[in-house]
Amino acid sequence: MADDFPDLEARVRRIASGWGHDPARLVQVLREVQEDCGYVPPRALTLVARFLRLPFSRVSGVASFYSFLHTEPRGDYRILFSDNITDRMQGNEALIEAMCRQLWAEPGKVAGDRLVSVGRTSCIGMCDQGPALLVNGRTIPALTEERVRQVSDLVLARVPLGEWPAEVFVVRDNVRRADLLLGQSLNPGDAIRAALQRGTRGWSEHAANERSWREAYVGTARGPVATLEEIKRSNLRGRGGAGFTTGTKWEACRHATGLTRYVVCNADEGEPGTFKDRVLLASHADLVCEGMTVAAYAVGASQGLLYLRGEYRYLLEHLQQVLERRRAANLLGAGICGQPGFDFDIQIHVGAGSYVCGEESALIESLEGKRGVPRNRPPYPVTNGYLQQPTIVNNVETLCAAALIAVHGGDWYRSLGTLKSSGTKILSVSGDVARPGLYEYPFGVPVRQVLEDCGALGTQAVQISGPSGICIDPTEFERRIAFEDLPTAGAFTVFDASRDMFEVARNYTHFFAHESCGFCTPCRVGTSMLVGAMDKIHDGNGSQHELSEMARLNRVLLMSAHCGLGHTACNPILDTLKRFRPAYERKLRSLDFTPAFDLDGALARARQMTGRDDAAAHLGSPP
Amino acid sequence: MNELPTFLLDGEEVPFQPGQTVMQAALSAGRYIPHLCYHPEFTPHGSCKVCTAKVNGRTVATCTTPAEAAIEVESNTEELNELRRTLVQMLFAEGNHFCPSCEKSGNCGLQALGYDLGVMTAGFRHLFPDRPVDASHPELWLDFNRCILCELCVRASRDVDGKHVFALGGRGLEKHLIVNAESGKLADTNVAVSDKAVEVCPVGVILRKRAGFAVPIGRRRYDLSPISAQAREDAPRPMEQRHD
Repeated sequence: MADDFPDLEARVRRIASGWGHDPARLVQVLREVQEDCGYVPPRALTLVARFLRLPFSRVSGVASFYSFLHTEPRGDYRILFSDNITDRMQGNEALIEAMCRQLWAEPGKVAGDRLVSVGRTSCIGMCDQGPALLVNGRTIPALTEERVRQVSDLVLARVPLGEWPAEVFVVRDNVRRADLLLGQSLNPGDAIRAALQRGTRGWSEHAANERSWREAYVGTARGPVATLEEIKRSNLRGRGGAGFTTGTKWEACRHATGLTRYVVCNADEGEPGTFKDRVLLASHADLVCEGMTVAAYAVGASQGLLYLRGEYRYLLEHLQQVLERRRAANLLGAGICGQPGFDFDIQIHVGAGSYVCGEESALIESLEGKRGVPRNRPPYPVTNGYLQQPTIVNNVETLCAAALIAVHGGDWYRSLGTLKSSGTKILSVSGDVARPGLYEYPFGVPVRQVLEDCGALGTQAVQISGPSGICIDPTEFERRIAFEDLPTAGAFTVFDASRDMFEVARNYTHFFAHESCGFCTPCRVGTSMLVGAMDKIHDGNGSQHELSEMARLNRVLLMSAHCGLGHTACNPILDTLKRFRPAYERKLRSLDFTPAFDLDGALARARQMTGRDDAAAHLGSPP
Repeated sequence: MNELPTFLLDGEEVPFQPGQTVMQAALSAGRYIPHLCYHPEFTPHGSCKVCTAKVNGRTVATCTTPAEAAIEVESNTEELNELRRTLVQMLFAEGNHFCPSCEKSGNCGLQALGYDLGVMTAGFRHLFPDRPVDASHPELWLDFNRCILCELCVRASRDVDGKHVFALGGRGLEKHLIVNAESGKLADTNVAVSDKAVEVCPVGVILRKRAGFAVPIGRRRYDLSPISAQAREDAPRPMEQRHD
């Protein structure tokens, strides 16, 4: 298809030079080539390799790693339905079928003379307003039969995406309960100025006048250290799920030796059922930047990177405007807020469809233009992070909280929440509830109260923190959201009594297999074997053998997987087996072993060809 | 000379040079820990996980874990060998491995490890992936069916040959070996028969044409003694430099 783009070389050259021919920007270059051409033609891979001075094999290896990058034509309109369990519960399958019918398309295949393709993708963070889809990377939430028909008509009429009615792209915030973070009303710059001021208190006039801020803090316990002390005092812990103490991380980075330091904002919110960062980025972007800038001040970094998940591509222009505004207001750039030597700027890196990039070392690999594979640790990013320099990677919500702490202090923050979990947590509530959306609570809130507040009735189970988290049943609804009880990255997915918890686990198991990076044997093969076992049970061919095989796979994954994805891939199955065993047993055959292979079914084609359907043309149906 | 620090491997002391990994120290001492993606001449990267052992009670890949004085490493236990057996079974189920017709039989790390651990079946349903052979090159051929994704050829081509002939594409179960050419064909790369990448494959993916069965079955490396008796062969040695 080399004739598709006679000017391909000029296009790729323009994009590559836009990113300064920097090999570390490989993912960005490939993403823009795809936005420009609709896919990344093989010849473009060669051109990218040439312009970025990389081997072809490296470029090709990266392009094929990310699920949003295609090296074959996927149609002028590339439609991907979000396929989280909540989208399923909201009826996405009927809508996919309807759209395929309207477009004469087959799922996963390109149809209509390369007009359109319809496929599925992992959760796109619209659980509170699903089902949702992406068309050429742009989000359309709140799908109904009418909306699907409207999209199909627009595609069939070949209306350019830029001319589609704006209302189809409207994403709502759905903030249902705001506390100190979602209810904040700081002005841009407040947190930075507070941090700078905290730093100058106690300085002698002499030092402040005669030396730059970077020099001044070396010999004193003031300056940026004062802000770092407040972060430590607040006992803020990472909001991405792991709960590492933020102050400890920042301090380790600050003390690490390197040529420079980096602040990375992890906005790769990929855990199915989580969508809080989407709202923070959409409506509190200044606070996010503020947190990054305060972090840069505290650790001594001059470069920030915001890793925006590919699914949130629609936020890119908005975020860039915020950055521009902040540069114009001297809140980014050189000498921030008039503080000589306080130089910091933020660059946005857009992901391309990879859950594992939410793991901090895989995220750094991706930032460096590589395949998103978690690194061996130690060394940790705080000493050997982005480009091997000391780097802090913090979740969006963590950075927002840090900005608030810079203004109000650590004691203020710690006065909320529990002893081990200070402050508040934003929950992304979705599923069988009357009012899905964001609920911010002080840590320690019992699950029962959240369920009451969001209008959940007849709840059978709640998945806390997504598939890699924990699934609890009604006997556990007095448990509390806190690091010491139910730690969470924010997902709070509710299932009422009508839901088949086996299907919930099966959806999550498919998710892990789809997102496994494939680096290590146990996860690459094991997650697919889990899918095989769950699908066999789903198809009615499961037996005790599958249950024991899954238990065996879980042991292997826990003992030997390279990263958290593998360690937790079995959680949905184990949790639901423990609490909802009948959902499995209903589907099992009583035998010890049943083959997945349906012998009689395999003869169907032969029967069709010979025109027979009599009893002698059938094998006895399985017992 | 100062005495070297030591750690305990299955209850016995193993000396180590500071900077060595648990695997490197064990092999230098002639103590075998099963491995596939580790190679004495390359930086370890820890993907096959066959070398998983317990270090102070925590399971880790020994090929990437730095040796430290007085740590206790448990390796040759039934629990860990069962784990390794399962990992080897996963690799057999993932690719298309037919030992009787493979030129590498007897010299194959995967086969040797399978024998050594007593792997009798693949244990999982075979995935039977479709992986066409690349016979485009006049002197070499690639049988991807046997690839275990250890990345040794990737590392050798990049770090020793300075060529990047091999790389990985795809992800998850779709991860696969690719070559450095837009056509996807080995013939269109600058690979040479003398490349380190050509000789480093532990299984039968990268093979020379017209050189089959030069050493008869029965007299090959792992026919003569089991892989577990050849620990010292894999002890660390300096990387060959062959940039030309």
